[in-house]
Amino acid sequence: MTPVAITMMIIAMLTVWGGLALSMWNLARHPEDEDELPGPEEMPHEL
Amino acid sequence: MTTSPVGGGGKAAPAPRETFSSRKLFILSAIGSAVGLGNIWRFPYVAYENGGGAFLIPYLVALLCAGIPLLFLDYSIGHRFRGSAPLSYRRLHRAAEPIGWWQVLICFVIAIYYAAIIAWAAMYTWFSVTKAWGDDAEGFFFGDYLQSADQAGLSFEFVSNVFFPMLAVWVVAIVIMVAGVNKGISRANAVFLPLLVIMFVILVVQSLFLDGAMVGLNAFFTPEWSALQNPSVWAAAFGHIFFSLSVAFGIMVTYSSYLKRKTDLTGSGMVVAFANSGFEILAGIGVFAALGFMSVTAGKPVDEVASGGIGLAFVAFPTIVSEAPFGAVLGVLFFGSLVFAGLTSLISILEVIVAAFQDKLGWSRKSATLIVTIPIAVISLVLFPTTTGIHLLDTSDAFVNQFGILACALVAVIVISAGLSSLPRLQQHLNRTSTIKMGTGWRIVVGGIVPVALGYMLINEIQSKSSEQYSGYPAWFNGVFGWGMAGALIVGAVLLSLIPWSEKSKLKDPEYEAFNAAAELEGDVDNNIKELKS
Repeated sequence: MTPVAITMMIIAMLTVWGGLALSMWNLARHPEDEDELPGPEEMPHEL
Repeated sequence: MTTSPVGGGGKAAPAPRETFSSRKLFILSAIGSAVGLGNIWRFPYVAYENGGGAFLIPYLVALLCAGIPLLFLDYSIGHRFRGSAPLSYRRLHRAAEPIGWWQVLICFVIAIYYAAIIAWAAMYTWFSVTKAWGDDAEGFFFGDYLQSADQAGLSFEFVSNVFFPMLAVWVVAIVIMVAGVNKGISRANAVFLPLLVIMFVILVVQSLFLDGAMVGLNAFFTPEWSALQNPSVWAAAFGHIFFSLSVAFGIMVTYSSYLKRKTDLTGSGMVVAFANSGFEILAGIGVFAALGFMSVTAGKPVDEVASGGIGLAFVAFPTIVSEAPFGAVLGVLFFGSLVFAGLTSLISILEVIVAAFQDKLGWSRKSATLIVTIPIAVISLVLFPTTTGIHLLDTSDAFVNQFGILACALVAVIVISAGLSSLPRLQQHLNRTSTIKMGTGWRIVVGGIVPVALGYMLINEIQSKSSEQYSGYPAWFNGVFGWGMAGALIVGAVLLSLIPWSEKSKLKDPEYEAFNAAAELEGDVDNNIKELKS
């Protein structure tokens, strides 16, 4: 493989698989919240 | 959550809407839907033809500026209005219901031919072991296997080697669909998707050890920078991303309607989008490493052996399987991957149709699935395992993609952004529970850049398909099964919208009413906070 092809391959892998790793990391940092959104009766009325 | 009870009598309380039991299962199912045949057989060739390594730039731009924003749009509609495509669009605005039905009918057309390709791949998984094609893969596929007629038309001369695998595909799909969102769709994806990834990774590793693999990768990744000045390369990138992510034809709207109320929509969407693209890069490496081997073995340059679609899967790959060391393993991995990738996508396509009728007519899960999927399976089994099946598949695929999905997406984004001015409301919904917040940029992209890109592609397609007969088929054939079919989808969508919603339908669902009231109130609260801040 030529150096330019290798470079493009590495950039492709880094951007796309890196993007995947980053988005998975972001999701893992915010675990699923089992609580449901508050119903209307629980909303802060003072606003 | 279980599916709705069957045969419980008329006075039973309405069954609560099914939900994915966890975010992980939703993400797996959404990736299973997005990763389809196109990732394996379309992306590598599209990238190679449109600048090789340089294609990465328009590809990433299209992913970030059209694919992901459109994916979020679908998520916001499905999750905010908690319904199948017709119900969600109806709740968005009464007049928007036909857009939902248009998407349902698009899925119907795709489903009837998609099953045929999965069936071919299943048979080729076995043929890889026996090397049934001998030394003429092309002649075997069109002649011996499909027994393809010379002239495109409508024949009812059935080919048993296609009919019975197709029947098996439909039985598997219907069993999964009957089981419902959690017991069927989630479980199938939780099994098939990891299996697909494992098989494909092994395939890529095996391909990389073939003679000439580096020649193939060199051809695939060498950038042709001048391609970036060509508008058609950018259109190819936008077009590919658009079709690859399964956006704008109801799937993501339907799946996101099964999410729990408090879900990180954009965070989950980013994982789905990048996983889909990640698989495409993997497919590009695997496919071009194998094509490099084919080029070296045949003594031909890569551009003479490179192909995409049916030609790559059923002509080039069998040739590679015949010549490569451990070729049978390579073949089983490749065609097995096509089967699993296809099945998870077929399930999601069928779910759009089943959910739509379930919502509109208030049927139980089991009844809706059987009443809807059995006739679809019958139509599919009458039209495609015949000697003219491949021609019908070719035309219906080309026209439903361009004048179904593309045209419907264009109409949907224009109606949502300009017609109903709904983007601020949907943006607010996305931002309420998501970790990655959408700003004004999202509205500009969805309401401005996306319609321009889709409009450009649609005009190009209308010009190219009007100037000459598609694939050289007779005018009546393309007229009926291409243009006629695409037009019939629009007429059918309007007619289905005119059918009144059943008393038992999900239109007046107490669960949604409560959700809607809470969402509207939160919207008011958000607006008040904004006003106070300003």
